Amino acid sequence: MADILIHLVAVILLPPLLFGVINRTKAAFAGRTGPPLLQPYYDLLRLLRKGSVFSRTTTWVFRAGPIITLAATLTAALIVPLGNHAPPLSFNGDMILFAYLLALGRFFTTAAALDTGSSFEGMGAAREVTFSCLAEPVVFIALLSLSRLSGSLSLSGILMHSSTTLWMTSGAALILLVAGLFCILLVENCRIPFDDPNTHLELTMIHEVMVLDHSGPAFGMIFYGATLKLFILGAFFLHVALPVRPASPLLDWLVFVASMLLLAVAIGVVESGMARFRLVRVPQMLLAACVLSAFAMILVLR
Amino acid sequence: MSGEGMLKTFCNGEAIGVSDVPEIALYDFLQGIVGLTGDGWRIASYFGVPEREGATLWCVLSGGHARLGALRSWVEDRMPSIAAACPEAHLFEREIAEQCGIVVDDHPWFKPVRYLRSLRRGHDAWGRDSAEEIPPGVGDFYRVEGAEVHEVAVGPVHAGIIEPGHFRFQCHGETVFNLEIALGYQHRGVERALAGGPHPATMVQMEAVAGDTTIGHATAYAMIREGLTGDVVPPRAESIRAIALELERLANHCGDLGALAGDVGYLPTMSFCGRIRGDFLNMTALLCGSRFGRGMVRPGGTWFDCSSDQATALQKRLEDAGRDYAGAVALLWDTPSVLARFEKTGRISSDTAIDLGLVGPAARACGIARDVRRDQPFGLYKVQPPPVCVEPGGDVMARAVVRWKESLASLEFIRDLLDSLPGGAVTADCGKAAGDRLTAALVEGWRGEICHVAITDARGKFLRYKVKDPSFHNWSGLALALRNEQISDFPLCNKSFNLSYCGFDL
Repeated sequence: MADILIHLVAVILLPPLLFGVINRTKAAFAGRTGPPLLQPYYDLLRLLRKGSVFSRTTTWVFRAGPIITLAATLTAALIVPLGNHAPPLSFNGDMILFAYLLALGRFFTTAAALDTGSSFEGMGAAREVTFSCLAEPVVFIALLSLSRLSGSLSLSGILMHSSTTLWMTSGAALILLVAGLFCILLVENCRIPFDDPNTHLELTMIHEVMVLDHSGPAFGMIFYGATLKLFILGAFFLHVALPVRPASPLLDWLVFVASMLLLAVAIGVVESGMARFRLVRVPQMLLAACVLSAFAMILVLR
Repeated sequence: MSGEGMLKTFCNGEAIGVSDVPEIALYDFLQGIVGLTGDGWRIASYFGVPEREGATLWCVLSGGHARLGALRSWVEDRMPSIAAACPEAHLFEREIAEQCGIVVDDHPWFKPVRYLRSLRRGHDAWGRDSAEEIPPGVGDFYRVEGAEVHEVAVGPVHAGIIEPGHFRFQCHGETVFNLEIALGYQHRGVERALAGGPHPATMVQMEAVAGDTTIGHATAYAMIREGLTGDVVPPRAESIRAIALELERLANHCGDLGALAGDVGYLPTMSFCGRIRGDFLNMTALLCGSRFGRGMVRPGGTWFDCSSDQATALQKRLEDAGRDYAGAVALLWDTPSVLARFEKTGRISSDTAIDLGLVGPAARACGIARDVRRDQPFGLYKVQPPPVCVEPGGDVMARAVVRWKESLASLEFIRDLLDSLPGGAVTADCGKAAGDRLTAALVEGWRGEICHVAITDARGKFLRYKVKDPSFHNWSGLALALRNEQISDFPLCNKSFNLSYCGFDL
């Protein structure tokens, strides 16, 4: 019971902190102080207090987009185990639900973007859908490989099976999976080198351009949804990459939060160290991620 | 009469009698321009002086051996276009049509330039009614028809903090087939305000033609005034002007390299260069109290002197900023992902650059050794020309490398100058402007060739004052650089040119 409560509190309160840590890391690399760690929370509060503007050319799809996306992401957050604790929701085959909840969120984000009829947002939606076509196979192949390794069909089963002993026995496959999943973590969360969350140039954006017309609380929901997505995909990634499992539950929660913050720092370091890919290079990188996870699959099936 | 025979040649900044410039029949005049541009000359300025019955066309060409050439003609209400034979004339012709109400026949893309009413009352090249409003950017645009072709319109209001301009892309998927740029939103009436001048406010207005090129435009205007009065600028003032001009170049090139890094999402160089740009601006402020060099240059010299304390402080600051700058830019060249974005993006061939008459770093990045400081030396550059930094390639990378090489050259140039500042006064007394004169001043601003031309009436007042910012040539270059590029690379290409909107709109 306590674990479920902590899970819910962590899912609701922690995600914006990751953005704060990433921004501070990037600022440190750029020789700046950077915004306060809690800035994403302030931004959220500011957005929630604002009024909204809706274009007359939009329909209910545009208004429903942020709500459905956030709801889908929140539901997905209930399936992912955080650290060594069972998630509130778990059943056989929920990994498929997990993948499609994220896809549902994306579908409504792109639908809302297309609903505006703006050429920029159409371009952004086209890019998003093209890239996710290539990103989705990576997730599924990774899920299949992990499922095969653990012999379980539920997300919590396959993720919590991963441990240091598993790394000893099938380390090669896991290394490939980690590489593929890290690409997915970055592309799904629109981080450099795939997308630039801070750019204001409407012609180069992918995710940000789709939400240009949203304002106020709706935009706040989108922003919060983005941090949440980073949070759950980060937790997913950490299960595979860093399966540290202390015995004490309290210590385990601390280790979980610390490793999430470490992941945020790692993302910040990657973003500071390289430029964005040219847009035509992104599919190639995603194909590479696909190939990596496919090789992992072969190693697992061997 | 053909070729150079029809020109009155003179030097940069020199005033010549209006009556010394040969007046040629329209067809010979146009033929002459086509012939001369094919012969190594290029159009520095080409404009009309509107009169009741028509307009006098003036063309100032820039040629080899530090010579400028001028010729003129008379046109009543129509003239044939030479843009097909001499592409660099295309925008000048549109400008003449707009300002003087002259119809240019067979022009390949006959549209207004800044969406203004003509200076000749009742004459309009497009037959628009004088009561009709002329909103900028409204009108036909080039269109590509076909399945899967789509149009993207950007601006005039942009998501970033930049000036207004309208960009119309014809795209096929992510590939740009054509880009058309419509400007005119920043028009303030600079040239109109100059008629009958110089006025007391003119110097300040010239400093604001393009805010980031204050020293460049102010120097060109000061040269015009000095040419008309025959004043000789003291050597100390020439040195200080050159220092100010190079500091302006350093600040802007540094800012541009940082912004290029920012556009590809490479944050360290972006942040460092943003800060170092401020250091260079503060060096200008050390000299004259304004970060952008307002009040620095005045006809006859400079308003501010550079004391030995200031020179020492500048040397120290230059050394520090130069070291930081080198470090920040080295990061850029050492990052493969940055180079992958810069290389082969937004390419312009050197033939295209020559045809369009590109100027400044954009031209030098296409392998064209074109620099006013060497070709038409003025001020201190007559005795001490800095090296011309040329880079082949014509892509974003080449434009970035040219900026860096020029920054290095400017750093060394300023430090040399500070070591050997000549003594004496920094201002000369201003004489009276001569009447019925034509004078042209070319200055290599950080964006390229700035050209001011003044024609005075019998009393020595401006009959016509023509300002040409380097952006006037280079906007067409940007449009062509985008052909067959990814639309997502537009901001990067745009930044690699970094052209002025207000300098173009005047």
